[in-house]
Amino acid sequence: MPVTGPGRAPAADPAGGALSTQPVERPPRPGRGPLTAARNGWRLLTSMRTALVLLFLLALAAVPGSLLPQSGLNPAKVAAYRRSHPALAPILERLGFFEVFASPWFAAIYLLLFISLIGCIVPRVRLHGRALRRPPPAAPRHLDRLRHSERFHTALPAGEVVDQARAVLRGWRVAHREEASGAVTLSAERGYLRETGNIVFHVALSVLLAGVAIGKLWGYQGSVLVEEGRGFCNTVQSFDQFSAGPIIRGAGLTPFCVDLATFRATYDPDGTPSDFAATIRYTPADGTPRDDVLQVNHPLRLQGVRVYLISHGFSPRFTITTAAGQTFRGISAPFLPQDGNLTSEGAVKLPDARPDQLAIDGLFAPTAVDSGDGVISSGSPQPFNPAVAIFLYRGQLGLDTGRAQSVYSLDQGQIAAGALKKVGAKNLHPGEALVLADGTSVRFDGYLQWASMQVSRDPGQSVVLVAFGFLLVGLTLSLSIRRRRVWLRVSEAPGADGGGAGRSVVEVGGLARSEAGGFTREFGQLVERLRQSRKD
Amino acid sequence: MAVNAGLAHLSDTAFTTAIAVYGLALVSYCGEYAFGRSGRVARTSAEQAPVAELVAVGAVSGGTAPPGAGVRSVRAGSRDAVVAEQSAARLAGRFGWSAAVLTTLGVILHAGSVAIRGVAVDRVPWGNMYEFSSAVGLVAVLAFLVVILRQPRVRYLGMFVMLPVILLMFLAGTVLYTKAAPLVPALRSYWLAIHVTAAIIATGIFMVSFVATVLYLIRHRYDSMVAVGITPGRFPITLGRRLPEAGVLDRIAYRTIAFGFPVWTFGIAAGAMWAEAAWGRYWGWDPKETWSFISWVVYASYLHARATAGWKGVKAARISLFGFSSMIFNFFVVNIMVSGLHSYAGLS
Ligand code: HEM
Repeated sequence: MPVTGPGRAPAADPAGGALSTQPVERPPRPGRGPLTAARNGWRLLTSMRTALVLLFLLALAAVPGSLLPQSGLNPAKVAAYRRSHPALAPILERLGFFEVFASPWFAAIYLLLFISLIGCIVPRVRLHGRALRRPPPAAPRHLDRLRHSERFHTALPAGEVVDQARAVLRGWRVAHREEASGAVTLSAERGYLRETGNIVFHVALSVLLAGVAIGKLWGYQGSVLVEEGRGFCNTVQSFDQFSAGPIIRGAGLTPFCVDLATFRATYDPDGTPSDFAATIRYTPADGTPRDDVLQVNHPLRLQGVRVYLISHGFSPRFTITTAAGQTFRGISAPFLPQDGNLTSEGAVKLPDARPDQLAIDGLFAPTAVDSGDGVISSGSPQPFNPAVAIFLYRGQLGLDTGRAQSVYSLDQGQIAAGALKKVGAKNLHPGEALVLADGTSVRFDGYLQWASMQVSRDPGQSVVLVAFGFLLVGLTLSLSIRRRRVWLRVSEAPGADGGGAGRSVVEVGGLARSEAGGFTREFGQLVERLRQSRKD
Repeated sequence: MAVNAGLAHLSDTAFTTAIAVYGLALVSYCGEYAFGRSGRVARTSAEQAPVAELVAVGAVSGGTAPPGAGVRSVRAGSRDAVVAEQSAARLAGRFGWSAAVLTTLGVILHAGSVAIRGVAVDRVPWGNMYEFSSAVGLVAVLAFLVVILRQPRVRYLGMFVMLPVILLMFLAGTVLYTKAAPLVPALRSYWLAIHVTAAIIATGIFMVSFVATVLYLIRHRYDSMVAVGITPGRFPITLGRRLPEAGVLDRIAYRTIAFGFPVWTFGIAAGAMWAEAAWGRYWGWDPKETWSFISWVVYASYLHARATAGWKGVKAARISLFGFSSMIFNFFVVNIMVSGLHSYAGLS
């Protein structure tokens, strides 16, 4: 095929390969024995081709992680998927498709890539170090076979041409050689920073991966829902959810406490939220309380730990009186938002009520809109017309059955078994009450706001950030600089011997990594300046 | 934060006008393509193939054929043909010139539309899919203008760039259109300016790379068919006759990616820093993060492939097509159909 592939160096290009420290693909060694097999395996693993295949596999393996629900991100969606695909889900489950980024096969790909990366970097660093110390290689015999070449005559004697060429080649690394024929050659090379950048990039990449691993092993994350006026401390027990790397396991968390004073959501006139702000007072280890405001995009940073404002909602407040005359004041429970207008659902449980336990299953709407049949929902996330719809239950909550219960809902098992009976239902505005014939009453007093906060620590994060800085610099150097060589061969023009005119023939050849462009122009300019050199 | 309705309307008008002007530019590019290069490029490429072979063979065997010696002898055509060719070339030049002027005018209107939108909503004007698409189209046209400033020979390829840009802007103005509005709190951050700007620049540049890659593959296919004596007859391959040499297209594709890739890398990292401040972790495999990662890895594979024996050329080019497909998937499918944390789409 006459078409030369793009970017492919011409075949007759003796000095080109050494322009990068790209590993030479060597054929496997013949022979048997575990040592040869290991060496061949290592060679295969650290070859460019394997790196390419692994990179491609990595991209491919990430695809199901984005298209299937992931238990790490959204367990509820995974459960829904299981219900809707009863046949397929167990198979996917076994293959780890609901936890792609924690699955053994995903780990296998990136670990192999990581090993390949290191196995690839080490020899390249060695080769590049050698290239940095060595003078540029001797000129190939036929400079005219290089992709860029030029030949011209000049009236100057060879020595002077060489001197002037050295001046033109300022900034290049130049080696001066004399050949057996008497010709003088200059080998000049430039752009070593490309390879340096490339190595910095790959090293930074492996450091970045190490930083990610540090975070996974030593990091932790906890989340907690806090009502206004309440707080939490950074201990495993106070979190609603907690996950930690295998090395932390919940011991030795940075000690501090946070109290939520108030939560405010502000809105633009058109109803778009414009700001969420939680005013907090926190007490670090030194015991001196400080105030701060948590906002979206603005966490509290404290001794390597960050506290985030994640979401918010309402907690309706009730005063509950039992038939026996007990009064419970200021009873509140966080209700969980079900939609963008914060129509929220939740439950209030009174295990201490006598003679029977009481419970409320409720729906809260900050701006209640009655759809006509007594069913309310919220028309806005702002509390313009707060109301709550309650179902009052009496009986046994079932807290002592040993079954885990959500604090946000009643145990449906108890209701189904008749142990918990519905005794009343009503929609209430603040100040209104549901009163039963036996004297039991539930008064809706208003609401508190709650904020959910997340505490995170990732000790690898700063490693990742610094590594990324190097990665970007290395990458930019590697992609923007071209490594190139220029050779000059200066010899006396044939037939000029006796004439004494000192005429010389200058041959110039150039070679660049074909990737980064513009060498044709640079070479042309260089030759032009060499040509213009003359006696002054 | 109130929206200035008058300015928002002005921005929309400028946007629509920009599409119309790009449309006119497209027509002119088509004119240049049809009249100009047709004869010349096709003929020289047909002639150069054997000459290139000659030179290559000569070089290997040690001889030196003076460049162009073959060309002159083959090229002696009749006088009439030369005159006809010259007048066609003049016509093409005029079309090309007006196309470039129209493109520049369109870019000014387009940039005006984006800037006025920014003033109208008092924030960076890329907070939803409409605004993002418009800005990507702007970057793509600007990137193409930079390419033709450096390589004026490829100007006539403008139609291949304008076509997808107009399509994108049409989608933006219809399906993706979002009224000028303030942003939700999660997006009110200077990170929006940094992260999304990088994403837009990279996407716009990758779009130009994509066009160059597709044209490269067509030209390459055309060349290899001609080389074995087949006359390409089917549509996309026949385009190859009028395209620049495969090497030129490949270099444009490579250099744009080499420029876009670090920008994309930076964009992902800026996104990670924003996520660290907003969501409590710098990386969490949210679907949009995952697809950005996939695109990154695929473009990294492309760069790698270009340095891997046996993967250069066509195979590497195909990898970069995968890269751009993943960008498109991320933008259209993930934004609209896969729900994650990114509250960006603004479609409802
Ligand atoms: C962990 C995944 C890896 C990523 C994301 C990656 C990424 C990249 C990128 C983006 C480039 C382009 C820079 C340029 O063209 O100068 C590059 C170049 C290169 N990579 Fe990697 N790489 C990875 C692993 C490896 C491994 C395992 C090897 C060893 C086999 C390797 C060897 C090389 C070489 C030799 C080059 C230079 C190519 C040239 O001479 O232009 N890389 N890599």
